Amino acid sequence: MTQSIGVSMKRKEDPRFIRGRGRYLDDIKLPGMLYLALVHSPYPHARIKSIDKSKAMAVPGVKAVITGEDLDAAKLEWLPTFHGYDKQMVLAFGKTLYQYQEVAGVIATSREVAHDAVELVEVEYEPLDPVVDPYQAKEDTIILRDDREPKTNHIYHWEVGDKTATATALDTSAVRIKERIISPRCHPAPLEPCGIVADMNKATGRLTLYMTSQAPHVHRTAFSLVTGIPEDKIHVISPDVGGGFGNKVPVYPGYVVATVASVIIGVPVKWVETRTENLTTTGFARDYHMDVEIGATKEGKVTALRVSTVADHGAFDAAADPRKYPAGMFGIVTGSYDFPAAFAEVDAYFTNKPPGGIAYRCSFRVTEASFAIERGMDLLARKLEMDPVELRRQNFIKKEQFPYSSPLGFTYDSGDYAATMRKALDIIGYEALRKEQAEKRKRGELMGIGISTFTETVGAGPGKQFDILGIKMFDSAEIRIHPTGSGIVRAGTRHQGQGHETTWAQIVGEELGLDPQELLVEEGDTDTAPYGLGTYASRSTPVAGGALALAARRIREKAKKIAAHLLEVAEDDVEWKDYKFGVKGIPDKSVTMKEVAFAAYTNPPPDTEPGLETSYYYDPPNLTFPYGTYIAVVDVDADTGAVKVRRFLAVDDCGTVINPMIVEGQIHGGLAEGFAIAFMQEIKYDEDGNNLNTNFTEYLIPTALETPAWETDRTVTPSPHHPIGAKGVGESPNVGSPQAFVNAVMDALAPLGVTHIDMPLTREKVWRAIRNAS
Amino acid sequence: MKINVTVNGTRYDRDVEPRMLLAYFLREELGLTGTHVGCDSSSCGCCVVALDGDRAVKSCTMFAVQANGHEITTVEGLEEGGKLHPLQQAFWDQHGLQCGYCTPGMLMTAYVMLKHKPKPSEAEIREAISGNLCRCTGYQNIVKAVQQAANELTAEPAAAAVGS
Repeated sequence: MTQSIGVSMKRKEDPRFIRGRGRYLDDIKLPGMLYLALVHSPYPHARIKSIDKSKAMAVPGVKAVITGEDLDAAKLEWLPTFHGYDKQMVLAFGKTLYQYQEVAGVIATSREVAHDAVELVEVEYEPLDPVVDPYQAKEDTIILRDDREPKTNHIYHWEVGDKTATATALDTSAVRIKERIISPRCHPAPLEPCGIVADMNKATGRLTLYMTSQAPHVHRTAFSLVTGIPEDKIHVISPDVGGGFGNKVPVYPGYVVATVASVIIGVPVKWVETRTENLTTTGFARDYHMDVEIGATKEGKVTALRVSTVADHGAFDAAADPRKYPAGMFGIVTGSYDFPAAFAEVDAYFTNKPPGGIAYRCSFRVTEASFAIERGMDLLARKLEMDPVELRRQNFIKKEQFPYSSPLGFTYDSGDYAATMRKALDIIGYEALRKEQAEKRKRGELMGIGISTFTETVGAGPGKQFDILGIKMFDSAEIRIHPTGSGIVRAGTRHQGQGHETTWAQIVGEELGLDPQELLVEEGDTDTAPYGLGTYASRSTPVAGGALALAARRIREKAKKIAAHLLEVAEDDVEWKDYKFGVKGIPDKSVTMKEVAFAAYTNPPPDTEPGLETSYYYDPPNLTFPYGTYIAVVDVDADTGAVKVRRFLAVDDCGTVINPMIVEGQIHGGLAEGFAIAFMQEIKYDEDGNNLNTNFTEYLIPTALETPAWETDRTVTPSPHHPIGAKGVGESPNVGSPQAFVNAVMDALAPLGVTHIDMPLTREKVWRAIRNAS
Repeated sequence: MKINVTVNGTRYDRDVEPRMLLAYFLREELGLTGTHVGCDSSSCGCCVVALDGDRAVKSCTMFAVQANGHEITTVEGLEEGGKLHPLQQAFWDQHGLQCGYCTPGMLMTAYVMLKHKPKPSEAEIREAISGNLCRCTGYQNIVKAVQQAANELTAEPAAAAVGS
């Protein structure tokens, strides 16, 4: 056996996908299955005066029509939100609070009949004035939530840091910048929509839920809490998931209605959302309106950071944040810089928009924070007339300061920010680019170079701080080694393309000296996998990855006893070296893990339990802090506002790299989403609360034509507390890249005096900014 | 309506509702679930199949009855005699997929393109797959995979015959 970690092993999950043999939710077809389709509100805010089901019920094939009133009678109308501070309507009851809100469900013998009958459910509405803007919500002239006390649209105030010291430092700073920086509402839009097949078996009393789920165990617990069905009677299976990006973390009304229908009717019920349902009702992201202030000395040493945020949470506070972190890890807003003083606050408001606030390819609210600080640093550099690279270099947390206690309460694990930035500048040829830019500026050409030296925090998280539904955010692994030395590895995570079936086998293979090709990885089935909190917030490698390594080490401890027995030496004389058990001082005497595995079943030592299996629940001692330097080079067409991304370089540091090919793939994908957020993706509402981006012809996803070519490289600074030193990577490119693109465009427009444009930087917005400036 | 459609070399005679989309005919009538549906508006390309071997069509935008008398190739029809098509092999080799949901449509689009343009440039590949969205890969490795397959198909006459 040789090394497994650090090897670009081809993915073990691919053979089924390239043959079209993946098994996604909508591929599941059970005998006698019925189909659910949902009725949606055309109004963002309206009283429901009446619902007439009769015409829909008369359609041949329609089995039931369920309304909010029906659910209320069954005490299933309200769904708790994950942090436990709010509840969410399953079907609109009394009034609707956002356009496209689910009002009724039709259950029928086919998808087509169900959708036909949806058109025949007659709902009489009395439209009410909507509140679309969170700043309008703040005024409390229209109260959206009749069901809550006190009567206000204000959901919570959260703050961290030293308010007074920060105010004093800002007031006495020689240089200050202040800007409202918006991270607009967008949507992860995985290509596979969300869905469920709920199958209540009345004979066994068991409810099987096939769900597009990033967190199957949490969903099992949530369904048990909502329905009162004991958890042993609920079996959640998350089949192959066609992308998640946070969209498949929450519980949606369609899941609940399909489940209720299956429990009542006693046959399987399938619900798969349409793309329009996906974009209008489920898991939006961002919608943070951040007032960013930075103070500095004239020489460019930062003195203080203050960020005051208005958060638009939509109609319910359904953001799946940990309980003690209503604004997630927004405190990472000091980024890679050593601020002597900092203060951040978030005020969240209800509006007539769908709920969500999910962590779209990022840890909770980290993308918003990272965007704020990286844009803020560029604005400060502009004010100081300093190169943004130089400003960053002067203010980086230094290598020798780690572990670093940030003024907003995080303990950064490790990093060498200056070295990573230096590597990126060398690769891109920064000085030559600046020279080229200076020449182009003389000719009136708009070329920009944008930099982002971000730090994010992922891997939620330590149980003393982080929980979902009260459940601590550990993760778990279970390993069974078979007599012939192959094995099965199960984890509490659920991949959606991240490659766990390969990388988990590599971690265990490395620890045990076994071939990853002979280690089957299984996730997503709550009957077989150990309890875990799931895959989102880049937590799989930092948390479950730790559990896997430590479970494997437990196996190795037992294997060592067996090895001593086989080698006929004392256990203390056995050493693990070169992926096998040897005897100290006797180089040619050894046994392999395969031999030990066979002995575990056929010839265990007399005092040792037979078999070779274990599990491990890993509660991480800290979060991890991946970081990187990203550089974008753009050319802007002054006549059309078109932006051409000429080059994009990402130099990441995610600690130990398990599979370089997969890490690079994750970075490519995240950069494409960062590009999308910077230039294209936005869920916009008009002043009446109408969603203007209800399908892929209006909500624009970049194609291969617009998407730039990516250049990648890395530095490796292992996390000191993680069992294998890995930090997680899937979200760094999405967290770190939007500001590199925006900074590049703003740098290109600098000669015109343009300082800030809110994302997405559409051709029209850029063109208008150029026109208004010149 | 009665139709006969040849899918991956097998002829099927079926009676379908006129409004049934080809995508659902393949998935639900024939059980060929490799063809996916992702957007309902002909934007994402997860449902692309080959019509008569030389046209890439979005099967969510075509009725099953329109396929009457035609030959359809789906992702399940790419592998021959237990040997992966060079495109399938290349997607695996080059890490051209992550969640796998867009993969069948990407493969079928590339399969048809390579028939018309056996030696495409990078720009031509990007243009050809611009009707297929991918949220995971950032496209770069998909482009590399199509280049690998194109090289293999043009270098080896035997392999090229498989795709013709």
